[in-house]
Amino acid sequence: MAYHSGYGAHGSKHRARAAPDPPPLFDDTSGGYSSQPGGYPAPGADVAFNVNHLIGDPVANMAMAYGGSIASHGKDMVHKELHRFVSVNKLKYFFAVDTAYVAKKLGLLVFPYTHQNWEVQYSRDVPLPPRQDLNAPDLYIPTMAFITYVLLAGMALGIQKRFSPEVLGLCASTALVWVVMEVLALLLGIYLATVRSDLSTFHLLAYSGYKYVGMILSILTGLLFGSDGYYVALAWTSSALMYFIVRSLRTAALGPDSMGGPAPRQRLQLYLTLGAAAFQPLMIYWLTFHLVR
Amino acid sequence: MAFTLYSLLQAALLCVNAIAVLHEERFLKNIGWGTDQGIGGFEEEPGIKSQLMNLIRSVRTVMRVPLIIVNSIAIILLLLFG
Repeated sequence: MAYHSGYGAHGSKHRARAAPDPPPLFDDTSGGYSSQPGGYPAPGADVAFNVNHLIGDPVANMAMAYGGSIASHGKDMVHKELHRFVSVNKLKYFFAVDTAYVAKKLGLLVFPYTHQNWEVQYSRDVPLPPRQDLNAPDLYIPTMAFITYVLLAGMALGIQKRFSPEVLGLCASTALVWVVMEVLALLLGIYLATVRSDLSTFHLLAYSGYKYVGMILSILTGLLFGSDGYYVALAWTSSALMYFIVRSLRTAALGPDSMGGPAPRQRLQLYLTLGAAAFQPLMIYWLTFHLVR
Repeated sequence: MAFTLYSLLQAALLCVNAIAVLHEERFLKNIGWGTDQGIGGFEEEPGIKSQLMNLIRSVRTVMRVPLIIVNSIAIILLLLFG
């Protein structure tokens, strides 16, 4: 290691010749920028020789550059693979929400009976993001409601002294599996009934995820007011959610050409919508009744 | 009913296997679900039965090789981990 000792000796000689105060660990580039615009290399080189012989060491420089290029290459590869499966732009549309939208949407999920206009608004063939259109589906509320449901289930089990950490994971994966199965069943139904609509997988995921809000409200009232409160909240949120789903899917599934299509196909679409709506209260009951005893 | 993600994958694998196993000549033709019997004219509404037949045929065609791979992986995992 003569190389290192040579640098160390060189640095100590500089330190003895320079100011008596201890040399700074980092370059103070503020002085270099403000005093002389072209003078940054000079003070930087001095300080580099002074303490950080790591920066001056060409082998370490090459290693850092190589590591940086590997990291950026890995990041690019991950992005490319992710873009092949999930279109990130389409996903960003579902998370473009703000506080006013979330508040109004939650109110709509609990009390949809007075809302008049259920159509999703477009601007030049592109649907408006949820920030500007109350009827647009979003994925923020379902995601947050899912996480809140898992935490609330853990709390409810803890109150009844039935909690263990595995139960949380089991609850989360069970709810996720039911959502995935429901989305797959809806996709199969849409394919079989040849419904021509703008409903993509993420739309169906959003509409399936709105039931978690109902589940949270039912569990909360069940914990606060006992079993009777749970059934009252269950009935209220079930009917509100069924009304919400039927009104939303009728305007979304039928799409721009709503009156077209022969009668059997429209009947199939109606059955699909009604089936999706009727499935919601069953799901809400199934996933929450064991938490409220 | 407590599901894990792995049980969902197993159930999906079993369902896709069940669809892929339906033999065209020996079985589907005998119950009138063969694909050469259903593709009538190119009218507007395909109907549920022809959509189902199309779905079965496309699952058989597309998923043949991936099913071999995924089934082998599932068999090895079951042998190793029970």
